[in-house]
Amino acid sequence: MLKSPGKLNLQQQEQRTGWLLLAPALLLLLLVYVYPILRSFWLSFYSQNLGTELKPLFAGLDNYQRMAIDGRFWESLANTSFFTLVSVTLELGLGLGMALVLNQAFRGRGVVRTVALLPWALPTALIATTWTWIFNDQFGVWNDLLQRLGLIQTGVNWLGDPGWAIWTVIAADVWKTTPFIAILLLAGLQSISADFYEAHALDGASPIQSFFQITLPLLLPQIVIAALFRFAQAFGIFDLVQVMTGGGPGGATETVSIYIYATIMRYLDFGYGAALVVVTFAGLGLAVLLGAWSLSQLRRGAS
Amino acid sequence: MANSARSTAPRLGLWLAVGLILLLSLAPILWQLLTSLKTTADITAIPNVYFPRQLTLEHYIDIFQRQPFLRYMLNSAFVAVVSTLLCLLIGTPAAYVLARLKLPGEQIILTGVLIVTLFPYILLFLGLLELVRNFGLANNYLALIVPYTAINLPLTILVMRSFFQQLPHELEDAARVEGYSTAQMLLQILLPLTTPALVTTGILAFIAAWNEFIFALTFITRDSMKTVPVAVAQLSGTAVFEVPYGALAAATVVGTLPLVLLVLLFQRRIVQGLTAGAVKG
Amino acid sequence: MAKLELQNLSKSYSAKVTPLKQLSLSVEDGEFLTLLGPSGCGKSTTLRLIAGLEPPTQGEIRIGGRDVTQSLPGERNIAMVFQSYALYPHMSVYDNIASGLKLRRVASSEIRRQISEVSLFLGLENLMQRRPGQLSGGQRQRVALARALVRRPDVFLLDEPLSNLDALLREQVRAELKQIFSQQNAPIVYVTHDQTEAMTLSSRVAVLNDGLLQQLDSPRRIYSRPANRFVAGFIGTPQMNLLHLDCNRSCAMLGQYKIPLPVGARSLSEVILGIRPEHVRLVRPGDPIVIQGEVVVVENLGMSDLLTVRVEGKPEFVRTMLSPDQSWSGKSIKLSIPPEMIHWFDAQTGNRVSDATR
Repeated sequence: MLKSPGKLNLQQQEQRTGWLLLAPALLLLLLVYVYPILRSFWLSFYSQNLGTELKPLFAGLDNYQRMAIDGRFWESLANTSFFTLVSVTLELGLGLGMALVLNQAFRGRGVVRTVALLPWALPTALIATTWTWIFNDQFGVWNDLLQRLGLIQTGVNWLGDPGWAIWTVIAADVWKTTPFIAILLLAGLQSISADFYEAHALDGASPIQSFFQITLPLLLPQIVIAALFRFAQAFGIFDLVQVMTGGGPGGATETVSIYIYATIMRYLDFGYGAALVVVTFAGLGLAVLLGAWSLSQLRRGAS
Repeated sequence: MANSARSTAPRLGLWLAVGLILLLSLAPILWQLLTSLKTTADITAIPNVYFPRQLTLEHYIDIFQRQPFLRYMLNSAFVAVVSTLLCLLIGTPAAYVLARLKLPGEQIILTGVLIVTLFPYILLFLGLLELVRNFGLANNYLALIVPYTAINLPLTILVMRSFFQQLPHELEDAARVEGYSTAQMLLQILLPLTTPALVTTGILAFIAAWNEFIFALTFITRDSMKTVPVAVAQLSGTAVFEVPYGALAAATVVGTLPLVLLVLLFQRRIVQGLTAGAVKG
Repeated sequence: MAKLELQNLSKSYSAKVTPLKQLSLSVEDGEFLTLLGPSGCGKSTTLRLIAGLEPPTQGEIRIGGRDVTQSLPGERNIAMVFQSYALYPHMSVYDNIASGLKLRRVASSEIRRQISEVSLFLGLENLMQRRPGQLSGGQRQRVALARALVRRPDVFLLDEPLSNLDALLREQVRAELKQIFSQQNAPIVYVTHDQTEAMTLSSRVAVLNDGLLQQLDSPRRIYSRPANRFVAGFIGTPQMNLLHLDCNRSCAMLGQYKIPLPVGARSLSEVILGIRPEHVRLVRPGDPIVIQGEVVVVENLGMSDLLTVRVEGKPEFVRTMLSPDQSWSGKSIKLSIPPEMIHWFDAQTGNRVSDATR
């Protein structure tokens, strides 16, 4: 088909306006998200630390070889994985329960929803101090409650104990981010038509059966999305750990991000820090791709 | 789901669950509030004193007089407000383009926007740190405003885009037939209709900017320029011998207060925004 | 003064998606043209092309002799009423109606005068300060009309303006529309899928299907002389009987009955016989074409019964409208098909076969 040049111009004009409006956002996203990752990738092939007087010297794969035998890195990776797995699982379970409760009709539901949202909105660093105080070994209310209940005889140093410390961080994280998951799942629940439940009930299904046969399958996409979001956030957890334990005691709560931060800001080892960033990015990317793929499979199956 | 309304046992279970949610959500915050109102003697009493025997504001006076806490609050407010406005200014037109115009490569851009929401900030801070140094932006509010604007852009674009998509197409058609130019249409027809969505997005962006920690910790070292999260986190670290529990609690309470107010006032909008941002992607 | 002309207008999004093919027509001042067709037939696309909301792939649009194919919508001096009315929710009724005039920098005293005139005409005087959200569906519809009328445009475009009203109101507003637009001296193009609207409002109807113009004619002729099988089946409720028949020596065979073909159809081996249910009647002595069959379904339409009759010795059904004065169910009846009411179509092309009498 023939196109007259004038019309092409009209369309071109619209597109040019479009790109013009889009450009500032795209540039900013490239600057803050893409550039740092590319820069880290480049830097990871260089040594830049106190030993090189902070000048970048080409080092090939040295940083990556060093990482392979860096026990501290692998330990932080294990800590991160443990933290991520446990907290995201707990958050999904509790978040689903919370969403189910908040989806019921009861008096004062609006107020309860508001209160339940609160933990999510508060600054993590401040929440970290709150939980540090709760788990304080001398004056902490957690010890006091357990002692009053007779569950422990003397106060436990929760944050100072290598076995318990990670659990305090998990507790704080679960408290703070369960509402986020609950909100996403609640929206999913509200989008499920009541007709399904009524039809299912007419077929003689119990509420528990309809939960497993209707609610859960229809909610699965939202669950995967929430899990994906939370997985990425938990894997990069920094502020909560930094403020509560600083990675201690003895590296028991040191996550990858704490290690990266220390490598760069304390040891001033930029090259190695960059390599850590790259590997974390790659691992996270791989996991997210897997999650996104399974989500697309789910959506295909649903439609 | 609704058929349990008549029987009492499930009803009791529901109220128990509701009670538990309320208790668990509020208890840590309330404990911090109570702590902030106790005398130091009460705070460090063993066994714990749950309700203050004597109410005191000494810790609040302390953080505002012996610490420049007002300054920290203003820093946080300034950085959060400016970055939020910038973010809306840049993100809204972009969202409109992605919702309405058919650009080649649009899908790639959208996917990219969605993916970067998953990037933890720890992966960005090394590259940004270099930029901050190269441009001499250390201890400059720009070092926070620019990244904060950027980290809120994806959510802004996704939420605003889903809002624009919900607007009826015919409204824009009607405006164009009547003779509105593109700019006039955006400003006189769409912008007034967009205000509620802008408020929603703005609240989310403000919360995220107020709460950000790692960039604020790294790029700002001058005490008078610190934001609330960093200042509070470092409050506990500064005292070597005795942690100022009361002051810390007071600081936490004051630092969270703006956000608590936002949630109380805008709960519905926050929920809408969060779900629009996440589910539509 | 502002005749609207479309020439070879086509729109395609891709090789496969071509909602409009080579449409040419013109609408005179004061003429009410309806674009009628099922959804996806290209009628809304045509309207959007005329308005300039989308560029055509090919062809030309002229208003009052002026080529506007490349003009922006606002430059065409067109007013459009939308299906959802598209009233600006944040503006008062007054501002909604005034917006187009304000953009054209009409003096505010003049705007006030024209709006008061139009609002008096449409009975909107007391609603001027309300927001669209506070109006009923019928009131919104009037505001949308007022916004179009006050502009005194060169062309009026109406995109299914009645479809969002409930059935009772629709009939009333339809009559009002007819009255309002009979006083306008500009081309009016109206899009609908509702044939009653098309028949009652238009001076001419353009039936579209699959992006192609099927027939462009007065409502009466669209009904009485459908140009092809599609138009025959689309226009008229209940639907026209369309019987696919084999031919044998200049007669069409309906079961055991022979029906003589018109001259123009003598060479065909298959034809389609079209007869409207309201034209099929009970047999009277001397009727030339008589068929017999058993009544299988009776639908009560109030003023008449719609009967579905299985033709004896044939798996074909014929529907007829008869008076509801007796119970038809299960009976075997003889029906007459008046030859002058038969429409013949070529089974291959679907086109109407020219009658021998013409």
